[in-house]
Amino acid sequence: MTSTDLGGRAAPPAAGPGAGQLRRGRGRLGAAGGRGGGGIVPYLFLAPYLLLFGLFVLAPSVYVIWISLHDWDFLLPGKPFVGLQNYLNLFKSGTVTSEPFWQAMTATGKFVLYSVPLLVAVPLAVAVMLNQRFPGRNFFRAAYFAPYVLGVAVVGILWRFLLDPNIGLVNHMLDRIGITTDIPWTTQTPWVWAALVGPTVWWTLGFNAVIYLAGLQDIPRELYEAAKVDGASRWQQFRNVTLPGLRPVLVFVVTITILASANVFGQPYLITQGRPGRETRSAIMLIGQEGLRDFRMGNAAAMSFLLTLALMLISVANFLLFRERKER
Amino acid sequence: MGKDRNTNQGPLNRRQFLGLGAGAGASMVLAACGGGTDAPPGAGGGGGGGGGQFGEGKEYTGPNVSLAFWNGFTGGDGPFMRQLVDQFNSEHQNIKVSMNVLRWEDFYPKVPTAVQSGNGPDIAIMHIDQLATNAARRVVIPVDEVATALQLQQDDFAPAVWSAGVYKEQRYGLPLDIHPLLFYYNQKEMEAAGISEPPKDRASFEAAAKELKGKGAQNPFWVTSTWPAHLMWWSLIHQFGGTPYNEDGSQAQFNSDAGVEALTWQVNNIQQGYSPKNVANDAQAVAFRQGKNALTWDGIWMMNEWAKVKGLEWGAAPLPQIGDQPAVWASSHNFVVTSQAQKDPNKLQASKVFISWISDHSIDWAKAGQIAARASVRESPEFQELEVQNIAAQQLDYVKFPPAVPGIGEVTAPTFELAVNEAVLGKKSPKAALDDATSKANELLAANKKKYGG
Repeated sequence: MTSTDLGGRAAPPAAGPGAGQLRRGRGRLGAAGGRGGGGIVPYLFLAPYLLLFGLFVLAPSVYVIWISLHDWDFLLPGKPFVGLQNYLNLFKSGTVTSEPFWQAMTATGKFVLYSVPLLVAVPLAVAVMLNQRFPGRNFFRAAYFAPYVLGVAVVGILWRFLLDPNIGLVNHMLDRIGITTDIPWTTQTPWVWAALVGPTVWWTLGFNAVIYLAGLQDIPRELYEAAKVDGASRWQQFRNVTLPGLRPVLVFVVTITILASANVFGQPYLITQGRPGRETRSAIMLIGQEGLRDFRMGNAAAMSFLLTLALMLISVANFLLFRERKER
Repeated sequence: MGKDRNTNQGPLNRRQFLGLGAGAGASMVLAACGGGTDAPPGAGGGGGGGGGQFGEGKEYTGPNVSLAFWNGFTGGDGPFMRQLVDQFNSEHQNIKVSMNVLRWEDFYPKVPTAVQSGNGPDIAIMHIDQLATNAARRVVIPVDEVATALQLQQDDFAPAVWSAGVYKEQRYGLPLDIHPLLFYYNQKEMEAAGISEPPKDRASFEAAAKELKGKGAQNPFWVTSTWPAHLMWWSLIHQFGGTPYNEDGSQAQFNSDAGVEALTWQVNNIQQGYSPKNVANDAQAVAFRQGKNALTWDGIWMMNEWAKVKGLEWGAAPLPQIGDQPAVWASSHNFVVTSQAQKDPNKLQASKVFISWISDHSIDWAKAGQIAARASVRESPEFQELEVQNIAAQQLDYVKFPPAVPGIGEVTAPTFELAVNEAVLGKKSPKAALDDATSKANELLAANKKKYGG
């Protein structure tokens, strides 16, 4: 099962942000290891987390694979072993599970494609702005972060009513200023994607912005001063000082944003109910329905495993991509 | 599907809010942990035999016992049930019932896991289309004995609702109420359009919609793309002489002529402009509250929601007969006893007392916007005073429940509920949408048959 809080945001991983810091850390650890001769101490420090990790991540993950090989309903005495049939069904067209699954994967892919660029770029712009010195800066920092403290239920219900095609405030306002009437935000493609991505950006941009902000504050002032002396314009400073300085942070942000977006559940569940048809039903939504509502846990586990596999591949590709550039 | 009422009500209350995220998350975790034990408790204990596990008579004299009672009454009906439970507790010193309310969408996934882990309900309310599923999965146990001990008999219940609680010749549910769809209209709008009485058939209904559209309300009959549009369709396919499933529930026939005609009629209301396009979740009910939607088909329980709206003058009538015969979708809340309670004979006996007491007080429950399941209650002078409930009760002879087949509730959402959505939003023609839904449903029914052993 993918580890997700179902809200569409991923929990920040326990590791510190950025490949750069990891590299620095490794050097230090190596030195310490050389001095102390290894021993049990580092493992003792790691043990509490490893225990929890093993109990709540590793063991269930293995269990999911086991479940996925069965026709599994945890309440029925018979759980026939079906081998790879659940997986084969997902790859064979015309089965009960394959079409919904690939439709859900496509929907998830679309959501990732539409939301990630915005969730990487917009918070960066916000962070750069909030890094300037101006009166009321702390207020704006808080204001941009504020929506993030809301739960997905609040965000979902709020935007469902704001964006309702017939009774929503957004269409009412658009009508008032005479732009157009009755945009079917929550019922028709492509508008539904705006109705899902827009609120998501509004909701979570604060989180990425805070990470960027921390990264920005790590970039030495001297570099900017040197750039200024060399006559660099603001854009050139951004391009040649800020962006390279942010690279490790950027890798982290891109990775967790892809993962969070791929785990989207609450927004389509509440704002569009996966409509129209099944076009906005995300993978997590389908897995939840299949396994927990319809009690076909074998199928759900197989889907879950494939989703996890896909996300792992994407994350690895992501790291490779950024690392390659760095070494060049 | 057990999606009874909540998704349809505009403002969610606090409990519903909290339930949303937490419920889904928690049930994921539960499901992951709960898979360990193989043999479900209480398997095959149904026979009872001898004096019976529920004990004799209507009283409970044993030691103090507490009962966990779960239901999905998150709307205006919740306080009514809570009050009944409080009254029961104050009248019974040795039984303490604690009530837990969840959204129905969370309730059905959660109860099986909770019952299996021993932290679930001892007694619960379930919808009629969920009884067979939960019986087959041994979440609930047979209650024939309770029916006998309490002298509950078929003559006291509407036949449709009484027989729908039986799965494999054993009774699993004791009906508390029946809740059909109802036709609500805005009185002011009707008067403005010069319509003196609520339309009863296709001609008068369509004439009324046409008349209303001319006078005032721009869109007099909002056909929603989500809940309860598929319940309208469920009513209409029966009206046009079809049935969604064959008799034993092994085959879907959504795309029969009757089914297509039913859905086509729904879509036509949009094409005629009686309904706006793209009506999303809850919008039709909100519009009715605001007086923008003059005619609406919605659950009987919505009556208390309309009553809360100041200045809304509304009336209720039986669902108009659009097709060749009268028919209406309905569901029923049933008492069930879970396999968890079976571990403790005291709990079983106490639950019998509780069910009996609530059933005897079902007139107070009817006030929450329900038709009492028992004829003796419906015929009481107290029930006769409940105007809307009485109008709804006129439909009892032709309420249509799904067949009692395990897993039937799960078939709804991915099949005809989806088809109605696609057709109403103009994504597919009614016929194409129902064709797809039918083949999908047949696959699901076959899978269910294999899973639950026919």
